[in-house]
Amino acid sequence: MDYFLQNFPQQLVNGLEAGSLYALIALGYTLIYGILEMLNFAHGDVYMVGAFLAAGAAGVFVHNEVAAVPAGLAVALMMVVAMGGAGLLGVGIERVAYRPLRNANRLAPLITAIGVSLFLESAVQVWVSPAPVLVPSNALVPQTVFHVGTVVTPLTGVMLFVVAVALMVALDAFVFRTRFGSAMRATAQDREAATFMGIDVDRVIMVTFFLASALAGMGGVLFGLRYASVDFFMGYLLGIKAFTAAVIGGIGNIRGAMVGGLLLGVLESLVGGFISSQFQDSFVFLALITVLLIRPQGLFGQPLADRA
Amino acid sequence: MQDVEVRYGPVPALRDVSMEIRRGEIVCLLGGNASGKSTTMKTVIGSVRPAKGSVWYEGEDITNWNTSRRVAQGIAIVPEARRIFPRLTVLENLMMGAFIRNDRAEIDADLDRVMDMFPRLKERHAQKGGTMSGGEQQMLAMARALMSRPRFLCMDEPSMGLAPVLVEQQFETIQQLNETGITIFVVEQNARMALAIANRGYVLQSGRVVLAGTAGSLLENPQMQRAYLGI
Repeated sequence: MDYFLQNFPQQLVNGLEAGSLYALIALGYTLIYGILEMLNFAHGDVYMVGAFLAAGAAGVFVHNEVAAVPAGLAVALMMVVAMGGAGLLGVGIERVAYRPLRNANRLAPLITAIGVSLFLESAVQVWVSPAPVLVPSNALVPQTVFHVGTVVTPLTGVMLFVVAVALMVALDAFVFRTRFGSAMRATAQDREAATFMGIDVDRVIMVTFFLASALAGMGGVLFGLRYASVDFFMGYLLGIKAFTAAVIGGIGNIRGAMVGGLLLGVLESLVGGFISSQFQDSFVFLALITVLLIRPQGLFGQPLADRA
Repeated sequence: MQDVEVRYGPVPALRDVSMEIRRGEIVCLLGGNASGKSTTMKTVIGSVRPAKGSVWYEGEDITNWNTSRRVAQGIAIVPEARRIFPRLTVLENLMMGAFIRNDRAEIDADLDRVMDMFPRLKERHAQKGGTMSGGEQQMLAMARALMSRPRFLCMDEPSMGLAPVLVEQQFETIQQLNETGITIFVVEQNARMALAIANRGYVLQSGRVVLAGTAGSLLENPQMQRAYLGI
């Protein structure tokens, strides 16, 4: 028991850090599912490309572990490049791969998404780097480590959590407080009726893909700064876990994805810390199965009949 | 609408349909199930594109315009089965109706106007659309369409699923709207009610116009009486 009490705060902090990344990526799954009712399985790889864009931008500004421009500016530019680049990639994927299939059988876009996912992984592996690429995090952000009581956490971990939560709050405000956000929700509820309002549905879908992918891009930046290394396969397991988080929260529900992500991160960390780190992933998917059995619509989802 | 043919796959749903709705009129479109009524309506609003023929509005060929452009030019629709946004509040639904507009002050004035017209919506403005009764949802669908300040309003089966007293109210509202200068095109199963308020009517059967004329002449027409009026 003493062991548990002593280590619980640390595991909780670790869990919130990982969970905020899951939540950021889960939001993308849920936004796109909400609008198109499709699972964009390439989303984890958009995050990976975002991380590589950030690493590439960092490489331009940092030579021999010394930043050529003020570090704050370099980090800001990394964020712009990664969010903008990932956002455009998402829009491009929708335009090229998903839009032609919009009225096709539901399975077609799903399989296409898996294809896009494999394409992105292979493209980065072959054309960029098969080995992990280092992000010169130590030249860009202070490598301060905070000690609060028994809890130890680096500044980059706190940054990950704070920036992710800030973006979630901003996204929530955009979707629930602005006119365009209302148009997004209207399109999600009844696409044809949205066109009757004069809403340009193609544009709504484009903006949704941009937002979802830009959030993933930011996830890539934060991951790179925290762990100082990115690789072409990093989006695979993370994408699946974020998808799990979105389903646990109730796919299509924005607040559900945020809570689902944080819960999943904490659960994973507690299991890793107190039960077995080898069974960590098994427990994540066990949680998914449990939620699906007890509450198939997810924690925040409406029952299906209500969605018609 | 000229010589319009609409196909779903190889099957034509409308064949050589021509109709004309003049400014200020109420025109009704009658016909049985699967006669092409809803397809006609979708062709007007732009949800389906004709394979042949053209659609004209205020002197312009709008055949290739998408729906949002048509809505911006003053066409609005009260769709079949209402199609309100169930998880937006009543107020948000109404604001979606005004999506194409940017005149905030005028929008607020119109909000007051439609809420005076349908006091029920005012009472329930913060409630989710999907939690209201069928009659209230029909009011909301109508009010939402009015929020775009349409010059041409299409209504697809406005009486469907409503209690008789509400149907009568509904048709009264349609007449009042017409008196404010809105041209109205209404698709109906309830032929008698529709002809009572319409200037002219068209009758569709298997995707073709089989009868057309003033409301009076249709009411008198023996074929019409037998098939749709139950006389």
